[in-house]
This record gives sequence, C-alpha cells and structure tokens, in this order.
Amino acid sequence: MRKDLHPLVMIALVAGVTLFGRVLPTWTLSLATIAASNALIALGIVVLARTGNVSFGQGLFFAAGGYGVALIANAWGLTDAVAQVIIGAACGGLLGLVIGPLIARYSGIFFGMLTLALSMVFYGALVKSTALGGSDGFNVGRPSLFGMSFTDPREADFMLYAVSVIVTGFAGIATTILFRSEFGLASLAVRENNLRVEYLGLSANRIISINFLIAAIFAGASGAFALMAQRHIDPQFAYWTTSGEFVFVAVLAGNQSVAAVFVASMALELVRSFSNLYLPNTWQLVLGVFLLGVILFLPRGIGSLWIRDRHKRRIPATAPLTAERGAAP
Amino acid sequence: MNFFLTIILDGLIQASWLFIVALGLTLVFGVLKILNIAHGSFYALGAYIAATAVTMVAARGLPPSVGFVAMLLSVALIASAVGLLLERGLLKMFYGRDEVVLLLVTYAVFLILEDVTKLIWGVNPIYATQPYELFGNVEFAGLYYVGYDLVLIPISAAIGFAIWFGLNRTVIGKIVLAVIHNEEMSVSMGVRVNRVYAIAFAFGVLLAALAGALTAPKISMQPGLSSDVIILSFAIVVIGGLGSVEGAAVGAILVGLARAASVHLMPQAELFMIYLIMAAVLMFRPEGLFKRETARRI
Repeated sequence: MRKDLHPLVMIALVAGVTLFGRVLPTWTLSLATIAASNALIALGIVVLARTGNVSFGQGLFFAAGGYGVALIANAWGLTDAVAQVIIGAACGGLLGLVIGPLIARYSGIFFGMLTLALSMVFYGALVKSTALGGSDGFNVGRPSLFGMSFTDPREADFMLYAVSVIVTGFAGIATTILFRSEFGLASLAVRENNLRVEYLGLSANRIISINFLIAAIFAGASGAFALMAQRHIDPQFAYWTTSGEFVFVAVLAGNQSVAAVFVASMALELVRSFSNLYLPNTWQLVLGVFLLGVILFLPRGIGSLWIRDRHKRRIPATAPLTAERGAAP
Repeated sequence: MNFFLTIILDGLIQASWLFIVALGLTLVFGVLKILNIAHGSFYALGAYIAATAVTMVAARGLPPSVGFVAMLLSVALIASAVGLLLERGLLKMFYGRDEVVLLLVTYAVFLILEDVTKLIWGVNPIYATQPYELFGNVEFAGLYYVGYDLVLIPISAAIGFAIWFGLNRTVIGKIVLAVIHNEEMSVSMGVRVNRVYAIAFAFGVLLAALAGALTAPKISMQPGLSSDVIILSFAIVVIGGLGSVEGAAVGAILVGLARAASVHLMPQAELFMIYLIMAAVLMFRPEGLFKRETARRI
C-alpha cells in the first residue's frame, strides 16, 4: 500500500474485496480463503523480517493456533468463527510471548535454525501424542458465526471467506500503520545494525521480541483459518516444509508493501491450483522455478513492481558474504 | 550390559551415515557460507541412483559385490556432475546476496529436485537390498548384526579421516581453509576462490549422495526421504558448529546415540529428542560446540 493511502481508503478496499466474494465462483472462494489465511501468516514473517530475522518455524504458531482452536472446539463445542480466530491468535501469541524474548538474542542463520528446531520439536511431540490423533490428526465440526450455522456449503464458504478477508485486511491495515510508526522504523534500523540501535538507547531485543509476538499472533490466527477451511488438523501444520511455504510467500512479496503479501499469496495459490490441474505431481517444481525467478529478477519482491526505490540499498560489488553478521553479540 | 552395547552399536551405525551427510553440509557452509536446504535432496538422489545401479547389475546376473562397486561409482560420477552444474549454473548468480536469500535459493532447488526425483523414479517405494547381504551376519558379544551395517562405521571413519587429512595436511586443503577463514584475503593472495567454491560444493553434494548410496540397501526409497534427512543433518551441524569437521563428528555421534537410545528406551520421544538437543545447544552455545567466536562488524 502506498505511503499516502489513508486508512479509511484501505478499510473501504477491504469491504470491497469482501463483497466481491458474493460474485466469485465457489472454487475461487475457497482458494481466496486459503490465500488470505496464508497472507496473514506471511505478513507476520514480513513484520519480523524487517528486523532482519527470518523465521523458518512459523509452523509452530500455526499449529499451536490450529490445535488450540480444535481442542477447545471439540471440548466445549465452541464453533463460532470469530471466537475461533481470537483463540487461535491467543494461542499463537501466548507461545510467542514465551519464545520471543528467549530467541531475540540470535540473528541470521541461527535465528532461522532455532525457530526451525522449535517447530520440529513441536512436530515430533504432536506425531507421538496419541491423545491428539498422532500423525493422522483429528476432525472438527463446521464453524458457525454469531449463532448462525450454515448448512448451504456456498454460504459457509462465503462466511469463511468474509471472516478471513476482513481479519487479514485489518491485520494488513494495522501493519501498514505499524510500518510507518516510530517502532516500525526502529525495526528497520535493527536490521541494518542492532548495535547502533542499542547505542541510541533502544533495546534491539525488545524490538525483535515485539515483532516476533506480532508474527506469532498472526500465525496463530492463520492456523485457526486453516483449521476452519479444512475442518481437520494434523502435525503437518508444524512440519518445516509448511513453514517454508510461508517464507516463500513473504519472499515473493518482499518487505516494502503490505498489499504485495496478498498479491503474492494469491499468486502462489493460483500457481498451485493450476499446476495441480495441468501438471499434477510437479507443482513443487513449478514453485521452485517461480521462486528462483523472483529472487533473480525481482530481488525485492513483487512489491517492487509498483513501489519504486524508496529504500534502495546499494550492495557493493565485492560485498563479502555476511558470515560475521550471524554471530550473536 | 548387552542392552547398552546394543544402544551404542546402533547409535554408531546411525552416526556413521549421518556423519557423512553432515560433513558435506558443514563443508559447503564453511566454504560458501550457504546453509544448503537441498542437501537432503542430494542424499535422496544418491540413494535413488544407487538403487537403479544395483537393480541394473542384479538384472544382468552379476554378483552383489559388483553391484556395490557399481553403485558407488555411478553415484560419485553423477553427483559430482550435478554439484558442479548447480554451482556454476545457478548458485554463482546469487553470491554476494544476503545469506537468507541463498538459503531460499537452495530451498527452491530442494523443491525442484523433490519433483524431479518423483518424475524419474515415481512415488512408489524402491528397494535395492542385494548388497545388504554382502558382508553376511556378524556375531558380536552375543548380538547378531548385519555385516553391512558394521562395515559402515569404518567406512565413515575413513572418509572423516581423509577429509581431515586433506584439509589440514595438503596444499589444496590449506587453500580451502584459507578461503573458509577469510575470503577477501585469499582472493588478494591469488587464490581462485571461484574454483574453490565449485569444488567444495561438488564435494559436498558428492558426500551427501555417497551417504545416500551407502544407506540405499538398508532403506526403502520414497518421497519425503530428503526432508527427513536434511532436518537430521541440520541438527547435527548446528550441534557441532557450522563449518566444523570435528563438530560434525561429535554431532553425528550425539544424534545417532540419541536416536538409538530413544528407540530402545522411549520410542515416543525419538524425533523429539534430537530437536530438543539441537534447541538446547543453540540456546546455550549458538555457535555450536566446536566453533570459535568470530569478530563482528560494528
């Protein structure tokens, strides 16, 4: 979203996209629901990436949100979609609150590896916990909204679409405001040089922790959406390839624009469903080539297509590989 | 007593092939500063090629020993070619970019190779069990072991020693160490860093594929093999310290023993244990057990 776009315009945009779902065919509707849900978690990764840290373990919060919602839904019969999203976000957020401060000390590769390790610990635990269905997972009922239950599948799809677009849209608006705030700019400074940020009297660790918490909340809510869309959950939610896909969306989008995250997520879902249709068994190949193409030709993501070099960073031709940045101070 | 011996032997057998995989990963990281997610795919590639070679040899009625040699040779040839091709043709374009970007490039390679192996070898499990009987069964302190498994331990020890010797006692190895230590300085001393990169990457691929070939007779090859192996080898190199040969050895033994111990004592904790060790090591020594502190830029 452009720097000068007013929040009210953005709200109107979200409302427009939601109503647009009325005229979309059913298959696009469920596609868009998944795209919106993936955009939400990728948005979290972008928020975190602005501090220079890429999390390869968002699947941890994704699964935590999903399992939290599923367990509560099955235990107390809570099926309200909005309540489920809030529960998912809370589960992700609580976990993020615990893990964030512990992990904020690390940077670069170590940060990525540690998040990956934690999500795989969770995966390993889920696979072996027979009470939660082990590697098969378990099913949950159809979600309702404010006491209404939807028996018509099309209505149910639209309800889910509307909730996910609105939640993701508002998360996007909040993120845009965050990016422009003092805190958002300080996050960018942490990526450039965390020691200098400390010299200025800010706590780099706290900035990373808060961004991590935001990413975890988004991931938890996204897990709730994924659960509602599939009405099934299994440990695959926490597997590292799931997390990899979200990082994929974030890279595709680049970290300059919030709107790019939605476009990237939708593009990924379209590529996936079309290659599923025409090239079954090779969609990962298509995805890989797509990713390489983006990294090669659009190094700052598809957001750079419409946002011109505002933060153009010069990379020296003889830049040494940034190994020493990996060391924690 | 026998019980502990079983755990230790099983652990060492696991550690032996894990060590070879991790060695490749740690070498590539040391020289190119790339954490190669596609490393597991090269392991799977090696395993699949080995299976094809073994099956072809067996179809001609030749003895399994010929199959064993044929599988190692074919894997070595194809893997080095693939490694050189990938480094020169693809990775080269991304040098100088952020290390996270390079991580994603190898993630893309992982995705591509995942489907390429499916296209070539299909999705059904493939077996190549003929060489497994090659060394017979061995009785060891009242326990029966498949000879092939035990032979893996000296093989990987020999490979580890060869790498250590090559790096520390030969001219080429010293050059590689110089590049690992300070790339800019090596360039100015006249080292052809590009060539070192290409060779190191190809060698890393070769080691992964070789480990795949050596384990091929023990396992069934099917999709998903690569993503499991990469996670294990990540754990090993992170425990030992990225870029350290000794670290890879210690990490492999730790992970091998942890896996064997949890299989025998607490099967439900198998996956869990390894990542827990990895997370614990990262928490307390993010540089791994065997890495020296490095200076950072302010």
